[in-house]
Amino acid sequence: MNFLSDHLLLLSVVAPLLAGLAVAFAPKAAAKPIALAGFGLPLLLALHAWRYFPANAGAGYAFLHSYNTGLTGMGIALKLGLNGLALPLYVMAAVVGLAAGLYAMQSAAERMQGYLALLLVMHAGLMGVFASVDVFFLYFFHELALIPTFIMVGVWGGRERRYAAMKMTVYLTLGAMLSLLGLIAIYAKSGANSFDLITLRDALAAKPLDGAWQHRIFGLLLFGLGTLVSLWPLHTWAPLGYGAAPSSAAMLHAGVLKKFGLYGLLQVALPLLPAGAHDWVKPLAWLAVVGNVLVIGLVTVAQRDLKQMVGFSSVMHMGYAFLGVACLAAAPATGGGQMAAGGVVLMMVAHGLSVALLFLLSTSIWQRTRTFDLGEMGGLAQKAPVLAAFFVAATFASIGLPGFANFWGELVIFVAAWKFSPLLTALAVAGVVISAVYGLRAAANVFFGQPTEAFAAVAAANPPADLRWAEKIPALLLLVALLGLGFWPKALSEPLNAAVTALYPVPAAAAAQK
Amino acid sequence: MSLQELAASNDWLSIAPEIFLGCLALALLGLELLLPKKDHGIIPFAAILGQVGLLLAMLAGFHHAADAPATRAFGGLIQHDRNGEMFRVFFLLTSVLVSVLGVIALAKQRMPRTEFFAIVAVVTAAMMLLAQSNHFALFFVALETVTVGFYILVSYTRTNPLSLEAGLKYLIMGALSSGLLLFGIVLLYGVAGNPALPAHSGEAMNFGELRNFLAANPDNFIAAAGIVFVLAGVAFKIGAVPFQIWVPDVYQGAPTPVTAFLAVGSKAAGFAVLLILVQIFAPYQQLVTAVLAAMAAATILFGNLAALTQDNVKRLIGLSGVAHAGYLLLGVLAALHGQDGATGAVIFYLLGYLLASFAVFGVMTHLAGADDADQQLDHYAGLGKTHPFLATVLAIGLGSLAGIPPLAGFMGKLLVFMAAFKARLYWLLAVAIVGVVISIYYYFGWIRAAFFEEPRDDGRRPARTPVGLVAGVVLALLAGASVLLGFYQGGLGEIIGLR
Repeated sequence: MNFLSDHLLLLSVVAPLLAGLAVAFAPKAAAKPIALAGFGLPLLLALHAWRYFPANAGAGYAFLHSYNTGLTGMGIALKLGLNGLALPLYVMAAVVGLAAGLYAMQSAAERMQGYLALLLVMHAGLMGVFASVDVFFLYFFHELALIPTFIMVGVWGGRERRYAAMKMTVYLTLGAMLSLLGLIAIYAKSGANSFDLITLRDALAAKPLDGAWQHRIFGLLLFGLGTLVSLWPLHTWAPLGYGAAPSSAAMLHAGVLKKFGLYGLLQVALPLLPAGAHDWVKPLAWLAVVGNVLVIGLVTVAQRDLKQMVGFSSVMHMGYAFLGVACLAAAPATGGGQMAAGGVVLMMVAHGLSVALLFLLSTSIWQRTRTFDLGEMGGLAQKAPVLAAFFVAATFASIGLPGFANFWGELVIFVAAWKFSPLLTALAVAGVVISAVYGLRAAANVFFGQPTEAFAAVAAANPPADLRWAEKIPALLLLVALLGLGFWPKALSEPLNAAVTALYPVPAAAAAQK
Repeated sequence: MSLQELAASNDWLSIAPEIFLGCLALALLGLELLLPKKDHGIIPFAAILGQVGLLLAMLAGFHHAADAPATRAFGGLIQHDRNGEMFRVFFLLTSVLVSVLGVIALAKQRMPRTEFFAIVAVVTAAMMLLAQSNHFALFFVALETVTVGFYILVSYTRTNPLSLEAGLKYLIMGALSSGLLLFGIVLLYGVAGNPALPAHSGEAMNFGELRNFLAANPDNFIAAAGIVFVLAGVAFKIGAVPFQIWVPDVYQGAPTPVTAFLAVGSKAAGFAVLLILVQIFAPYQQLVTAVLAAMAAATILFGNLAALTQDNVKRLIGLSGVAHAGYLLLGVLAALHGQDGATGAVIFYLLGYLLASFAVFGVMTHLAGADDADQQLDHYAGLGKTHPFLATVLAIGLGSLAGIPPLAGFMGKLLVFMAAFKARLYWLLAVAIVGVVISIYYYFGWIRAAFFEEPRDDGRRPARTPVGLVAGVVLALLAGASVLLGFYQGGLGEIIGLR
């Protein structure tokens, strides 16, 4: 092993962190180049990790390295590594991070240096989340990314920023504290006295927890992590927060950080507490499909505000991911769990890219129309055809049309869910229609038809230009990734399948039935 | 024990730091007499330098002292052990920081300076002895020395009616709690000396003897009553419900450095004592658990709910400190249930609390005007724009108090909660989680005032003191340590006995 593959993951966390510190104190002229390095380096490292990810890794970890922080005696150490489940998300975080960083650099934010510094700290946390093998640091990096979000919403946010920041903080702290309690419970009850995921897995595979405790702990984790992923009815912070958040913070949070909850369920809760997960399948599946997909889907249709709409749509799409998690939890009885897990990860990656793109474009639209109100726009495509093309593409991706990465994620989840419950699958598929309704209607309202009077007045005073290169590059980055995965999902699914097969083995009984 | 044996056990060298502090206090008063008035400015610096020197000396010899096996001295009055040594360093550090804040805060008052530093040194020495006490006689004398010192310190700005009122309240409540404590001690002493009972002792004030007696008489009513009274007396120190009523008024009225001393030093002294007491009272585990658990739950909920409505930051931090006492009680309960690492968790929590509290109090002293009691949340509006350094230190301090990663306060809470979980205190943990979520609201409100509100100078807010070099370095160190300890504990993990 050489230096790079030993410390690659640490570098990808430390680079943005140091860049963040440097940006805060650097002279103004040096700030943007430093920030660019801080956002760019993780992507290079992530691509390197992807390229050299060993094909035979299985559930094992690559680039594994442990750093002593003084608490090894308690089973806490900064242990970094990637398995097939983490790799796709790690790469996605790096892509969205660079896009959000580039978009922030071209924005006209006040106190740019503080803004970039906070974004870089957040990015460091995001890279750390998916690179952590130690559950303590998994949680730690999540919070490291979360704190800058609150500050950015409060300081650089738009409408109702103070209320939104406060509400986000209280809700997300509640979710985080419940999850933390669940993690402590695993630590103490497993008898492993360690937060190291590998040790925990081995300990619990040898001697699973008794059913009552699995039930309780999984419940804690489900609602704790669920709050962070906006599981209905604990979602109310999300649209409000995203509506107020500055665009790059919304991109990073909705795109990447929100996936932490699902990732925690897939990587920690389900493999460690399979029996507990099984108890919660029914409530989870119904909450996901009826609550997130249908109720929030209809709420999304009713939105007149573009950014709120994108925020609600991201809540809605999490319903599919939760449905996938429910299938996976039900898997020992019904089979199809590995497929569901793969679908959820693909969905997370695709949604991360597409929602980030939508937030980016919404802000670009706002800069041209000076409003988020869908009723006060129209005909923007004549002035900004490239922007229109991007937005329509992002909308298609978000609906889940073939050719985009989202398609594979949703398709795989639906197929897996059919074995689990045809009724719920049918309802969930109906959700696709709902997202087509609001997505296409929004695109039509903004870009096509005749300009409204209000927009005509804005356009006359301040003629809107098309997307500038500074906006195009981050948008292209995301769109290329979406299309790339849409046409060649194998790039991520191979290591993913290997990991999923090893992480969620099909029990002998279920395998025999097939 | 014969007099000769007693005299032979007088290991004066072992309490050299306390003696040094006492001498320092006298030397400061001497300096004031001897020096011409224009040179009095050096007295605070002499006080700080003397304490810093002692702190460095103690840190240098820390491993030697802490790794030695526990020893008794002065006929069993004092027991030197690892925890005691850690608390000694802790109190000394507190004292240094209180003195630094004192220099800044007293400059705004027309008050004699020297006595403040002398009293702080004496109170610190008493706290250090308290943390090593092994006998109710020393315990009570040290505790009273601390309390009497605080009577003076709380009402130090005697021209301010609120400070005087605070002093009076503290005096009355303190006298009441001392009475309860003494009553409890007497009950225990009396019952443990009863020759009709097994394992009775002629030296029943000695903790070891008392423990033996309690173990031999696990359900003696008088002993149980004594235990409850002693715990009540200590609960006053840590500001636990129902002995918290003095907290908001006294915290508001006392000069800010004294408030900090009360919040950190006095509270830590209470917990140092509790950690010793739960070992002695372990035979009455059920009773002590019931009392402390009820106290912890009520303390967490009351502290957080009451802090929600405060506009005055001194009252706010006082009530939030009440809630912190509640979280710490969880750690004490875990220690009572024999959880390894619970004591270490409490000490680490206190260390994180010290760093964060002094960061916040340091900012508060810079924002306070001549009327020290008048520190409103409104005064912080726009601090982020006008004083980014102070605002950042404040945010880190408050974040750490709220227990947000990556700050030391989070690590402290995590360690305490882990110990509590292992001790099966599930209901208390649920209460604690609710408390933490509530606390986010008011800590966040304070940060919001500093960062999200626009600066407005309508003349009603007191002028802010510019940050001096020493104060700036101290604040930066406090904030930096708060961040570092959140993810890297290094050798400290070992020292605290987490391994």
